[in-house]
Amino acid sequence: MNKELIQLIDISKSFDGQMVLDELNLSIHENEFVTLLGPSGCGKTTTLRILGGFASPDTGRVVFDGQDITRIPPNKRQLNTVFQKYALFTHMTIAENIAFGLKIKKKTKSYIDDKIRYALKLVNLEGYENRMPDSLSGGQQQRIAIARAIVNEPKVLLLDEPLGALDLKLRQEMQYELIRMKNELGITFVYVTHDQEEALTMSDTIVVMNQGYIQQIGSPESIYNEPENAFVADFIGDSNIIPATMIKDELVEILGTRFACVDTGFGVNKPVDAVIRPEDVILVEPDNGSINGVVTHLIFKGVHYEMEVTANGYEWLVHSTTLYPVGKEVGIQVDPFNIQIMNKPESEDEEAVAIDI
Amino acid sequence: MKNAAKKIYIGLIILFLYAPIGTLMVLSLNASKTRAKWGGFSIKWYIALFQNEEILRALVNTLLIALLSSLVATMIGTIACIAMTGMKRQAKSILMGITNIPMLNADIVTGVSLMLLYISLGIRFGMGTILLSHITFNIPYVILSVMPRMKQLNPSTFEAALDLGSSHINAFFKVVFPDLLPGILSGFLMAFTMSLDDFIITHFTKGVGVDTLSTKIYTEIKKGIKPEMYALSSLIFVTVLTLLILINLSPDKKEKK
Repeated sequence: MNKELIQLIDISKSFDGQMVLDELNLSIHENEFVTLLGPSGCGKTTTLRILGGFASPDTGRVVFDGQDITRIPPNKRQLNTVFQKYALFTHMTIAENIAFGLKIKKKTKSYIDDKIRYALKLVNLEGYENRMPDSLSGGQQQRIAIARAIVNEPKVLLLDEPLGALDLKLRQEMQYELIRMKNELGITFVYVTHDQEEALTMSDTIVVMNQGYIQQIGSPESIYNEPENAFVADFIGDSNIIPATMIKDELVEILGTRFACVDTGFGVNKPVDAVIRPEDVILVEPDNGSINGVVTHLIFKGVHYEMEVTANGYEWLVHSTTLYPVGKEVGIQVDPFNIQIMNKPESEDEEAVAIDI
Repeated sequence: MKNAAKKIYIGLIILFLYAPIGTLMVLSLNASKTRAKWGGFSIKWYIALFQNEEILRALVNTLLIALLSSLVATMIGTIACIAMTGMKRQAKSILMGITNIPMLNADIVTGVSLMLLYISLGIRFGMGTILLSHITFNIPYVILSVMPRMKQLNPSTFEAALDLGSSHINAFFKVVFPDLLPGILSGFLMAFTMSLDDFIITHFTKGVGVDTLSTKIYTEIKKGIKPEMYALSSLIFVTVLTLLILINLSPDKKEKK
């Protein structure tokens, strides 16, 4: 792992008496693509605004490169932001927009011209210098917003749902573009989104947030395959979250049937939640699997069929490329390493738990 | 047939609206002194008008007050808009309501109450009191035309400028102000027009011997209608008309750019 660049220490923030962030701790490393992921109101945008200097935390510190920057205004910080609605200066040309930060820093004309050319090349919009922002499409405007931020050579680029206003196809294209830009620039990206697919595609590290708490920090693979609680499992992709009992290490009883699993350390006869991704549920001929069930719903989704199978009183969500018609009896089978065991939340409140790093 | 009827209807409306002003303008170009007969085309009343020192002084007063009051009102109004944008919704709507009242209030009430205020404060009537009054009734018009622009503003542009290293003041003048400019300009023109136009409030707050064009016309007419007044009224009408056309054109031009 690279050197730590930013540390958020015990950050709390409330608006009108409502707690938005509660003692949040987070480290961001050099050259890392970090995504803050969560539903609206989870505190992810507030965290980004505290990083950018547009909001100040009630308590806690922001440390950047070993220096406390909690009270430093945005114009004195070595990071730049790409805003959700582009925020281009509509009365200026594209070149003037990109040059805005450089002119304030009193750079020479030739330096600025070079930078504009370089930035437009990076975002694949060469030759757009003299256009006005309004004459560009949404995707192009967003690229200009990125160009305007990166010419200032920030150590960190903050992106606040930058692809939110674009259509699906363009959004997917821009995801690849952003990964390419990040690799080319070699700087840290802090990205805010509520779109789990975006987060999984682009990030080195995903920070899942809910109700002002960090729920889980990890690589996209670990977040998807080993969610630590029901919120993360449910928010990242579809999943079957089934009440179960941990009989002993590597053996779990789900809906009255015992399954082999790989998790250990949960204790003996302990109530837990088992998470099984719909694509990990294997449908076989009746009696060949662990449980028998009946297909109750069927939807064609393009890449796969989405089915609901009722077995032992639970509706299992199943993704499969093989079609099983409604009413057909099937067997359900799950590989041990595809069963993820989580502790049960003890109360409603604990569903949003603070996790120490 | 239906179309023709429509056109006739609109024609009639315009005729009734503008016939009196048309008559006035025609009379201002009448060489004869009486209204009863056409004595041939002449601009002598216009010449006479510009040789009348009292009227010229009133004209200078009018322009001076219109210019100063609309400038000051534009500044105060714009700053008020910025402040209101940062307020909570309830405080904002209460303040908007308060600023709207003077526009809906009868001019005579505004005029009399301002006059009473000046008397009770012991302020001497003169150019100063007219100016103060005009600034007062102009501010709402500026707010009315700047506020919609303010609402359209993307709040992130100001933050984007800060993010790129700009100071707060610089960010406002380089990024926010240009976006507000069409609203500010039309607010200024509207205030200017309102000030040129005003009679009642000026009448109650002016001192003895100080006159604007409208109060001057009023005193002159009491003595008997002279053809110079036709010329003067025509000029005021044309000026206000031009300003109104400018107000309506200015925001569009900006947006098309």
